[in-house]
Amino acid sequence: MNYLLRRLVTFPLVMLGVSILVFVAIRLVPGDSITAMLGTEAGLLTPDQRQALAAYFGLDQGWLVQYGKWLSGVVSGDLGLSVTYGKPVLDVILQRFPLTLELAFLSMVIALCCGVPLGVFAATRNGRGSDLGVRIFAMIGQSTPSFVIGLGIIYVLSAGFGILPSMGEYIPFAQDPLGNLSQLILPALTLGLSFTASVTRISRSAMLDVLSDDYVRTARSKGVPKRKVIWRHALPNALIPVVTLSGVEFGYLLGGAVLVEQIFALPGLGRMTLEAILQRDYALVQGAVLFVALNFMIVNLLVDLAYVTLDPRIRLGGRS
Amino acid sequence: MRSFLKRLLGHSSGRIGAFIVCLYLAIALAAWVGITPYDPLKQFRIDRLQGPSAAHWMGTDMFGRDVMSRLMIGIGQSFLVAFSSVGIAALVGTLLGLTAAWFGRLWDGVVMRLMDVLLAFPAILLALLFITVVGPGTFTSILAIAFVYTPIFTRVVRGPALSIRARDFVDAARTFGSSTSYILTRHLMLNLVAPLTVQVTLALAWSLLTESGLSFLGLGTQPPNSSLGLMLADSINLMEMAPWLLIFPGLTVMLGILGFNLLGDALRDLLDPRMRRAAA
Repeated sequence: MNYLLRRLVTFPLVMLGVSILVFVAIRLVPGDSITAMLGTEAGLLTPDQRQALAAYFGLDQGWLVQYGKWLSGVVSGDLGLSVTYGKPVLDVILQRFPLTLELAFLSMVIALCCGVPLGVFAATRNGRGSDLGVRIFAMIGQSTPSFVIGLGIIYVLSAGFGILPSMGEYIPFAQDPLGNLSQLILPALTLGLSFTASVTRISRSAMLDVLSDDYVRTARSKGVPKRKVIWRHALPNALIPVVTLSGVEFGYLLGGAVLVEQIFALPGLGRMTLEAILQRDYALVQGAVLFVALNFMIVNLLVDLAYVTLDPRIRLGGRS
Repeated sequence: MRSFLKRLLGHSSGRIGAFIVCLYLAIALAAWVGITPYDPLKQFRIDRLQGPSAAHWMGTDMFGRDVMSRLMIGIGQSFLVAFSSVGIAALVGTLLGLTAAWFGRLWDGVVMRLMDVLLAFPAILLALLFITVVGPGTFTSILAIAFVYTPIFTRVVRGPALSIRARDFVDAARTFGSSTSYILTRHLMLNLVAPLTVQVTLALAWSLLTESGLSFLGLGTQPPNSSLGLMLADSINLMEMAPWLLIFPGLTVMLGILGFNLLGDALRDLLDPRMRRAAA
């Protein structure tokens, strides 16, 4: 079967599997769902009240019926009620999502703007000192956890310049562009630096591969200037793996960079999920995990589509 | 084996990576048998938040505990989680990947769709979901990280196993009456050693990263036990006053991951000829 078609057919099946896993996982949490929903207040319920609540939420029915009802709710956008926020889960998620989306976007812009030129620079100077320098930078960058980079940035700023990153409520870009950027630039730089290292490594490696291809050699022998060969002939083909890496990374970041959001006290999706776990707000955990997995899968599907467009060999069944 | 080690140590990344990993392993072993400068839990109240000195090479923390001793225990703890989780993931993933490739049909379909579902989650989120169900702790971290990385090993094994299964020497072994388990362990597994070795080394780096991240969030190793992520989390409010609480654990995490990454890269260069040109 055509690769693209197979990807499109399996997408809803995998999504269904994801929903089953999330549903079952939350029900495996020790203790009953009423206690999970009400927390310590559940101890105040009489057995009759508990039974009435179970009947109201459909918890007295079998798992299959419960799953069917939950899934039909999910399809219509009803992910339940967050105990912590007292609001529908979807509302809470959508309130936190713009920050996470913007953070992911900014990090990716930083990584691509720094990583691709660095990778190309290193590949064109293969084996020289500058190539070694870029490779060492990329290796160290890839090995440093984002939260270590974040803490390092906060330390340098606070100890060296006496300033602390702007924390607190999310300031939308449309409302106050400067305030928004001052809030997000450091976390974006933190995530972007880690990501730059991966982009640099993969750009360098892809560029080295492409530079040794026959068509590049032909272009050089026909007298095309070196700069034009690199940027016009070689780079577009070398970018294919970069597209994949960026897409996958973007998908991860949409899940909320939980560690970086935690360090910079940003009210994003990742931090919300962590707080929901710590406060045992299971409806919110369930909704958030499902939302993130859906985003992740959509981004991966789009990456595959982009990949197929960029590399026709895949469309013709070259990849299994 | 000896010639392979020689080639690995002749590779610049391999040499540095192997040195770092061996050094960390020695520290972890020393910590496991209790050889640390001080008792990592002993509080020298009078020496709280002391900077690096001859008595405490890496200073002391807010309770007056020796940072170097806690760091050594932290390395031991991180290595315990990393090796156990990657070991479990490699074992389960290899078993699933091998059997999926060998038996094919329904079993292959079920295993691979299940792996697709697990791969549909960002790794840290899947680990968080697992911890939500089981509760935080060291043992949970091991299982959560193993759970997250099992699909990767399954995929790494299944692909090559499928192509090896179709090779003539496997058909010949079947014709000579070799049992399925013999063919799986002797023929398929031996040919999968190279990709698995590379994957295990790189997974150890990710595992160290994930373990320190989970402990940093308070979901991994629990106090008063020591872990690198936990030490970094403790440093947040004190970093201006006591930067050594941030610098030493931060560098230790980074260097440990760097060691495994360098070793993984070198192994990939040596074991996967397709990668040699790109890394040259």
